[in-house]
Order: sequence, then C-alpha cells, then structure tokens
Amino acid sequence: MRRVNRDQRTRINLTLNGRAVSADTEPRMLLSDFLRHALGATGTHVGCEHGVCGCCTVLIDGTAGRSCLTLAVQVEGRAVRTVESLASADGKLNALQQAFQNNHALQCGFCTPGILMSFTDYLAKNPKPSEAEICEVLSGHLCRCTGYAGIVAAIKEATGSK
Amino acid sequence: MKPRPFDYVCPDNVDEAVALLAAHGDAARVLAGGQSLMAILNFRLAEPEMLIDVSRLAELDTIREGDGKIEVGASVTQNKFLAWPALATKLPLLAKMLPFVGHFQTRNRGTVCGSIAHADPSSELPLALAMLGGEVVLRSKKGTRVLAAKDFQLDMLTTARESEELITAVRFPVQSEKQVAFREVARRHGDFAIIAIAVVVEEKNKFRLGVGGMTGRPTVRQFNATGDAAIRDAAVALGVELEGLEDMHASAAMRRDLLRNLAPVVVNEALQCAA
Amino acid sequence: MGDLVSKVLGTSVRRKEDPALLSGRGRYADDLPVPHGTLHAHVIRSPHAHAKILKIDVAEALTQRGVWAVITGEDVKKFSDPFLIVLKAPIHQWSLAVERVRYVGEPVALVVADDRYLAEDAAEKVQVDYEPLLAAVDPLAACKKDAPHLHAEAKSNEISVRAFSYGDVKGAFAKADAHVKLTVDYARMSFTPMECYVVVAAYDPIAGSYDVLANFQGPFSTHPVMARALRVPGTKFRVRIPPDSGGSFGIKLSVFPYMVLASIAARITGRPVKWVEDRAEHLLAASTGPNRITEIEAAVTKDGRILGLKLDQLEDYGAFLRAPMPGPLYRMHGSVTGAYDIPNVDVINRVVLTNKMPASLIRGFGGPQLYLALERLVHRIAVELKLDHLDVIKRNLIAAKSFPYKTAAGALYDSGDYQSAIEMATGDGRLADLKRRRDAARAAGRYYGIGYAAVVEPGMSNMGYLSNILTAEQREKAGPKNGAVSMVTVNVDPLGAVSVTPDVTVQGQGHETVISQIVAERLGLKVEDIDVVIELDTAKDQWSIAAGTYSCRFTPGTAVAAHMAAMQIRDKLAKIAAKQLNVLPNDIEFVDGKVRSRGNPDNAMPFGRVAGTAHWSPAMLPDGMSPSLRETGVWSPPELEPPSSDDRINTSLTYGFVFDLCGVEIDPMTYQVRVDRYVSMHDAGTLLNPMIAEGQMRGAFAQGIAAALYEEYVSDESGAFLSGSFADYLVPTVSEIPPVEFLHQETPSPFTPLGAKGLAEGNCMSVPACIANAIADALGVKDISLPASPRRIHGLLAEVEARQKGESVRAAGGAR
Repeated sequence: MRRVNRDQRTRINLTLNGRAVSADTEPRMLLSDFLRHALGATGTHVGCEHGVCGCCTVLIDGTAGRSCLTLAVQVEGRAVRTVESLASADGKLNALQQAFQNNHALQCGFCTPGILMSFTDYLAKNPKPSEAEICEVLSGHLCRCTGYAGIVAAIKEATGSK
Repeated sequence: MKPRPFDYVCPDNVDEAVALLAAHGDAARVLAGGQSLMAILNFRLAEPEMLIDVSRLAELDTIREGDGKIEVGASVTQNKFLAWPALATKLPLLAKMLPFVGHFQTRNRGTVCGSIAHADPSSELPLALAMLGGEVVLRSKKGTRVLAAKDFQLDMLTTARESEELITAVRFPVQSEKQVAFREVARRHGDFAIIAIAVVVEEKNKFRLGVGGMTGRPTVRQFNATGDAAIRDAAVALGVELEGLEDMHASAAMRRDLLRNLAPVVVNEALQCAA
Repeated sequence: MGDLVSKVLGTSVRRKEDPALLSGRGRYADDLPVPHGTLHAHVIRSPHAHAKILKIDVAEALTQRGVWAVITGEDVKKFSDPFLIVLKAPIHQWSLAVERVRYVGEPVALVVADDRYLAEDAAEKVQVDYEPLLAAVDPLAACKKDAPHLHAEAKSNEISVRAFSYGDVKGAFAKADAHVKLTVDYARMSFTPMECYVVVAAYDPIAGSYDVLANFQGPFSTHPVMARALRVPGTKFRVRIPPDSGGSFGIKLSVFPYMVLASIAARITGRPVKWVEDRAEHLLAASTGPNRITEIEAAVTKDGRILGLKLDQLEDYGAFLRAPMPGPLYRMHGSVTGAYDIPNVDVINRVVLTNKMPASLIRGFGGPQLYLALERLVHRIAVELKLDHLDVIKRNLIAAKSFPYKTAAGALYDSGDYQSAIEMATGDGRLADLKRRRDAARAAGRYYGIGYAAVVEPGMSNMGYLSNILTAEQREKAGPKNGAVSMVTVNVDPLGAVSVTPDVTVQGQGHETVISQIVAERLGLKVEDIDVVIELDTAKDQWSIAAGTYSCRFTPGTAVAAHMAAMQIRDKLAKIAAKQLNVLPNDIEFVDGKVRSRGNPDNAMPFGRVAGTAHWSPAMLPDGMSPSLRETGVWSPPELEPPSSDDRINTSLTYGFVFDLCGVEIDPMTYQVRVDRYVSMHDAGTLLNPMIAEGQMRGAFAQGIAAALYEEYVSDESGAFLSGSFADYLVPTVSEIPPVEFLHQETPSPFTPLGAKGLAEGNCMSVPACIANAIADALGVKDISLPASPRRIHGLLAEVEARQKGESVRAAGGAR
C-alpha cells in the first residue's frame, strides 16, 4: 500500500515523452501543474481545471485524459506523453501537426496541444475515422478562435480522407 | 481552483481499501476515474481527509459474465466497457447509451461504477442500471451486500452506500430484449441531459420506459399502450406525477413537455429495431 | 507597386506562428520563467452582490504556512488612487473593494504565499464580515428613483444620459406613412479566451518603479490609467507583453486592475508576485459584454423606405465604469444607421450601473447590440407593411455611387457596393434554395424561417469617439480628442537580416505572418527572411495610446505602419545602392534578395551587402544620410477627426460590409434551433492573406452562433451568479457550429495605402441578428431574446400555439 500524507512530499518517478524523470510533490498536486511547473513541460495548457475544455489533455499509458482531473501521485510508474513529443528533435512537424498548419487549424494555439494529444490516442485506435467520429472526439475540446472547421479539415487531411 | 490538502492512499487490494474505509468512513473518498470527484475537489466543494485510489486495482478492472449477469468492476473505464466485444449483443441498451456519457477523453478515465456512485439525476449510467434492473455490489469489513438499482440511488447525488462501503462492481442482467432505444436532449453534445429517455420493448404492446433528469433519480415504468396518442397520454401522466426539475436550462414544464413529445418517438425507435 | 515582382501579399501564406505553437513551444505568460523568490497570489472575492464590508480579519491567515501577506482595500488605498474614467462622476474603483462590495466576485483581499495551493488554503482563513445591502440587478429597475444606489455620491445609477439629433427626425416622423417600433434586449456574455489572465509584477524600491508582465491586450490608453492609479510617471510603470497569448476577444483588456493589484502586492511584500486567474474567477468576474435594452423606432413610407430613426439605448455596465467604457455605446455611433441611407436620426445613450460584474471590451464592441436592434427593426418593417424583408433592405441601402458616404451621425464610409454584394450572396441559386427548403418544410407543417442581416463593420477606432459622451462645450474645455496612431519599426542588421517590431499584442490573429508578407514584398525578400518580434515592451518599443490589438485596428492601422516603415527602409537602401551601382535611386528595384537596376538587372548587389554599407561603411553613404537602418513608420490617418460641434463623429477609419442570409428550423419536439444553411458575404477591401482573413471570419461566426444560441451570463434577481462553470456557461463545441459558406467581394479602401479593412468582428455583429430574424420568420413572433435557448424557444412555441388556438377559435366563431 502506497500512502502519502497531506504535508509529505514524495518523489514521483515516471516516463515523460520516453525519458525517465522524477520530481517531488505533495499528494494534492494536479498532474497539469506538476507537468508544467515541476517538470517544465509547459506545452500542456490549463484552461478550466474542471475537465471541460480539454486544453490539458495528455496521454497516460497511451490513453488521452485530462491532466487537471488527475493527481501527480497517480502517474507514479506510468508513461506520460505530451505535445512536446510530437515533432522530431530538429523541429520537423509530424503529419498531424503539419495538417494543422496546412489547414489553418489554430489561431492562438492554446487549445491545440490538448487536441493533438486526443487525436494522437484516437487515431492510433481508429486510423480512418469518419467526419462524425472526428467531431465526436473533437467535441471533448473547446476552441474559441477557429470555429473548428480548420481542425476538422486538418484531421481529415492527416487521415487521408481529404 | 486547487484542491485542499488530503492524504493519498493507493491500496494494493480490495481488502486494504475496505479496511481504510472502515477506519476513515466519511472522511475518506474513493477515487476511481476522478472525472467528477477531481472537479469537485478543484472547486473546493468537498474536503475529504483522505483519497483512496482504487484505479490501479487489477481485481476491479474486470468485466465478467455469470448467473445471467454482466459484472463490471469498479476500475473499469467507460471506454473499456464500450469496447467490450459482447456489449451490443448482451446489453444492447447500454451500447446505445454509453456513447452519450461525457466525451471520448473523459470516458477514457471515467469509470462505470464511478458514474453510478456519483448519482447525477440526468446521467446515463444510473438510468441504464435502473432500466435494466441492475444491482450494485458493496463491500465492507462486515461483508458484501447487493442493492438493486432502485434501492441504491435515493435522490440527487445521494445513494444508499454506507460510508465504510466500497462499490466493487455493478451488475447488469444480460438483456433478452433486442428492441431498445435511447434519446436525450442536452444543450451541447456531451453535456448532462436536460432529459434522457430509454425504452425497452418487452413484448408486443408492452414496454418499459425510463426517464432521467425529471427528478432526483431515474424513473422506470412499464406501459401497456399502443399508438402514439396512448403513449403520449401515458407520458403526460408520468410528467404530471414526476413534476420535473427546474433549473437555468429548463423549466419543469419544459421537461414535462419534452417527455410528452419524445416518449412516442423513442418507443417507435425501439419498435423499429429488429426483434 | 508595379515594380514588385514577388507577390506574397494577398496570398494565403501559411502561418509562421504555427510550428512553435503545434510543438508545445509557445511562450504564453504562465510559461515564462519568473525571478527567484516570486510569490503567488490568490484573490478573495465577494459572495454578495452588494454589501458593506464591516471587518476583514486576516490574523489567522497570516499564521498559515507559506503566507507572506494578506492585502486589503485599506492597503490598496494607501498605495494607489482610483482608476480614471471618462466621466467626471464620483465612481471610485480601486483594484480591491474599499468599504463596500458591489458585485458577486469583486476582489476583496489578496493572499500572497509561497505557492498558489497555500494561498488558497490561507484564503479560507480570512474572515470578512459583511452587512448585506439591497442590490440593483435589473437595469430598468436600477434606473428607478427608489432603487438602491451603487455609488451614493453619484445620486443615481443612471450615470450618463446623452441625446443626439441629426437631421429632422420630427419632420420625418410627421410625414411618414407608418411608424414601426420594437424593444430589443441583448444579454450579457463573454468570449472566454481559453487562457485566463496572468500577471507577474515586480517593484524596485530604489527606482520607485514597477515592472509588469501581463497578457494585457491594450488599448494602451489604459497604461496612463494604471500609472496614474499607482501615482508614478508612465516610465516607471513598465509593461511587457508575452510573445504568445491564448486568445482575448476584448476580454484581456480587463486584466488591468489586477496589474495594479499585483504591483501593489509586489511593493508590500518586496518580492515579485504572480497571479494566474483560474476559470472559476474568470467566469465570475473577469469581464462581460454589456447588456443593452434598445427601444428603436422607424418612420417609414408605405413601400418601406426609412425616413427617420430613433434609438433609445440603455446599456448596463455593471458595478463600475472602467476605462475605456462606455465604448460599446459610442464606438458604433457614426454607423448607428448601419448599411442604410437614413438622413434623420435621434439617439439617446444611457449608461446604467448595476450590482453585476463590470462590462467591458468584447469582440464586436457594440455592434452586436446595435445590429440586433436595427436588423430586427428592418424585419419588423417588412412584416408590419407586408413587404418582402429583402426588398426592404435593398430599398434602404446606401447607393454604390455615394462612396465615400457621410452618415447622418458623421461616419465617413470609405467604400463599398452593398447592392452587388447582396446580389452575389443571394445569387447562384442560394436564396432560391433557401426558399425551396422553407416552402417544403412549411408544407410539411414544420417551423422554418429565413433571416437576413446587413452590417457595416468598422475597423480601427477613432480614439476620440468616446469624448462624444461629453457635450461639445465640455469637449472644448477638455481639449479635442481624435486620431489613432500606429507605429511599426523595421530594423536591418549588418548581414541584411530584417526584424520588425509592431505595436500590436499577440492573441492568435497571425500578425507575424501578415507583417512578414508586407515587409518581404516591399524589400524583395522572402517571408521567412523577416523576423517579427511581438513582445511589446513599453520601456523599449514604440507605442501610442492606440497600441494593442482590438477593434480591428491591425489591418487598417498597424499593417499600414509596417508598409510605411518598410518603404522608408527601402527608400534609404535604394539611395545607398544607387550610389554604388551608379544609377538613380528611382531606377532601383528590390527583387529576390537583390537590389538592382531596373534598366540593367545585371547591375545588382545582394540585399545584405547594401545593408552592410550602412553598418560598416558610413563613409560610403550618400551625403547627409544618417547611417541608421532602423525606421519607424507612423500612421495617423487624417480622416479620424475629433467630434464636430454638432456631435458628428467619424468613429472608425474603414467600414467593411457583411451580408448574411440563413435558414433555420425549429424543432417543436426538442425546442432546439437548427441552422440549416448559412451564407456570409464579406467586403473587407483588399485581403492581405485570404486564409487568415477567412480564419478570422470563421472564428467570429462561431462566436456569433454562441451569442445567438448558447452563451449567456445569468444572474438571479439577488445578483447571485449562475454561470460559474463551463458546465453552465455553454461554449459551443464542434457539434454546435453549423457549416457556413463565405463569399468575398473586394472594394479597396481609398483611405489606407493597402486598401484593406478590418474584418474580424463582422460576424459577431451579423450572426445574432440574422438568426433572430430567421427565428422570428419561422415562428411569426415579434420579440426574440437571445440566446435562443430551448427554454426560450419553449416559451415562444407556447405563444405560437396559443395564437394558433385563438385563430382557430376565432375562425370557428366566424363560421357560426
């Protein structure tokens, strides 16, 4: 049984974007805050802290979830993937990212990392989604700038249905 | 929007979890998918002294069939259940309702049992459990007790779970009926429903209708009625009886009217399913 | 520009901003490093809409772990003065409540601690005793004599009433065949950027200066307001804008009181203080668009020609009037007659304060409120005179040959051809298709309606428009205000690398890309050769009070200044090159990274070589030339004059046109409105980057849909706030945004060198009006409140059913 008392700081070991990392935290620290402030992975954004907006979506053991509804202590020993993992080391965008640029699928870019991570998970499970399926997954994210059309077009391009 | 401090415990097995609940009772909250609880904590609307994280308990991460029932363990996520290959054949109503639960991303972590434990009056899973005559398995140091859906959810966000009990699973009876339908009216895709209606056709002219969002807990009724007018009349009578909740998004009258309008539509959709 | 070979301006260049933002390498305010020792703040907010603060007990909170200070209104009063406002009225707002709270969510105290979690813990230990007071929540009730007063010394909640009269309205109403009248409500809402407010403030006690990083959007006319509040000269209030910002839509102006609050906290604690607003705070108290009640009446001929117009606009700004409010009421003043040729207009503008969150900037900025009233009225004219709605619109449009056209209230519309725009939008079978759909639906007994909206979209505000709230005499005394100054600096380094510093704030509009296009084209370089640095720093960069990104000022303003700065550099480089190439400067052209003779293209130098001359070899420069390769383009269009003595004002520089038509169907089973087809026609003059332009339109369209059908800030009669989470405040997802077809026409503006107009707000103005008109057409009802939620549609349908029943009863009675 693992127990961390409220005022106790504990070391969390995890794999972040393929690399073993660790940092100390209290039990109540949200994963979103932990990633950004303890591990320096600021690509994951915080938009609502109640699980609606989707900005903070990351992959935990390959599955997309809200990092604001997850505690840092819960990812002990797990693999977390964030938007920083998508482009190659020399900055080359992957196909999904490139499709976002091609289709003007972002403006302020704040919601974008969460959307990219959701579809990184979803497209791995369903590489050829219909437009309805794309919209179903995208409806788990709020974007205020684009009106969503460019995002749908980008995902269609990335999945070869455009 | 940062949670108050709490102790975090990740038990290795159900016995440990149950022992923790016995020791801490109301002061502890069980954390499974966290899709409701964590938001509540971030808003500081609750002040548990301890969180007992059951999300890693492999013994609760199972979907099992036995005694004509499908048992879903407390750490089974909604998406895992949705992807269960036998879902459409064994539980056709759930196959129709589960996609309406939250979003892809929240279903990835949100659990079937957690949604039922949260007992929101308009959420889909408590309605499904009530419609199918399912039951909730509760464990404490004293032993295991099994409550029927109708005895479990008492009112809005209120259940019969005792503070030292852990919900280890819910059970849905394998459905023999194939004619099922579900509709909900929500402001946005993925929102909690203003009203949710499920129908199961039991035999010719005999069906079961369940409605969520009208009162503090789901309501299920059997009807013998043929034709839109008769179903409509029955729905009107049910609406009058339930009165309907009143909130910013819908008046009670609007909820009653939605029930009246949609009941015949959902019944017809169910009748259209191949028997 | 006949000599420009590389045409990148006007093409859909992909955005330079995107790769970093797509890779998690954005640099938003909360991502940037902060000084060691930075403390974190949490705001304690009022639970009451209106109450006296009896006592704030901070003793227990100060004993909590990690707590440095709990700052209250008394501290704030010691270190700052109330914010300046446009009116000389006794309305005092500090960055924390002083003695009294006036809305739910008003900041009451600030806890400063080692981290945010600890600050929130300590906040729960602060005891605030309140004596609740009656609240004035409804704007009409708040205007009544017996209403509780928010600001006792002001003696009324209706703090400003101004009447304007242009032409002969009395005469127009006297000779009209009919009068058509309507009252229209516009609700409170916000566009809730996904990134909330962020402030990091530091204080240097030796210099007596503040340094504030904030995702503030401008206008920088607010900078003197903050500096004055902190009692320092502007140079001692340094504001830095982060390189990226997660959306704004007007909302991030209102971070400014928190910039002052964090500054005071930094001064008190002696440490840098950071505050990151959370979503609960944002929804409760950040900012909202103002709600407005408009009584509007037209004098019309029997064929629907509008002879005269009266508007009585009551706008609710919540608990305080914040600078630069009441902008939404005055920004549209010149175009109060919209797209129509109406010579006679009376306008009454009323400002009321209520016990709700203060209202401020929001995309559309007064346009949605105005056009919902005006376009609903035009529809009512058609209904009451039994005319076709589109015919009434066409009959009243400003004629294409009249541009530049002076409106009754003083706007100088630069260009347009509204008739051809409408022909194009309704052509190609679009209107016929809508009518077919409507007829088929109605034949089947369904509720289907067609709506139109014609909207003139102002771009780049005249900074003098707000002074029209003062009388001509008061304005004379205060000194006339006008203009809008844009400034951009282009810098060329010793190797010929070009960097640009514009006076905008980043929010996602793609300014980096468009400025690169402009400068690259002028200098014969590639878009990727231009580096645009948008991190406005008031201590180092050029800025005017008009700086910032708001009211569509980029295209008519900053883009022009970029063009001017690039042309100044180009002229200078042309002279340098001419001397070395032995040609005349006017024989020089800039092509493909070369500076060369037009007559003999082989006589050329690389761009970098020419630039290097200025840096390395000043002796080689033409006589008298200064060696600097740093030029600031300053753009101040002459058309933005102060209000005239008879209160006419050219409120903006450019005026685009939007014409929308749509078909909606109302589901009588679920009470939902389904947008069946939507067409939006735009004329924004010359498009600089069509992809980015359409992106802005799509964003505005989605926000227009949000306003029409989903988003609303709701308070109950006690002033309690009911829209405090994203579960209750309904931002549309992809599933709620219908498809839209955009069409474009380009009538270049004669008043800007690029011919381009503002374009990012038009659909925020047109969509609510167009959808409201379509709903009115579908149901045959007069009064439409937005958002048209199922709850409201349920009410309207009950009205329709009662009417139908009444008609059938009457019909039955007649048969007897």
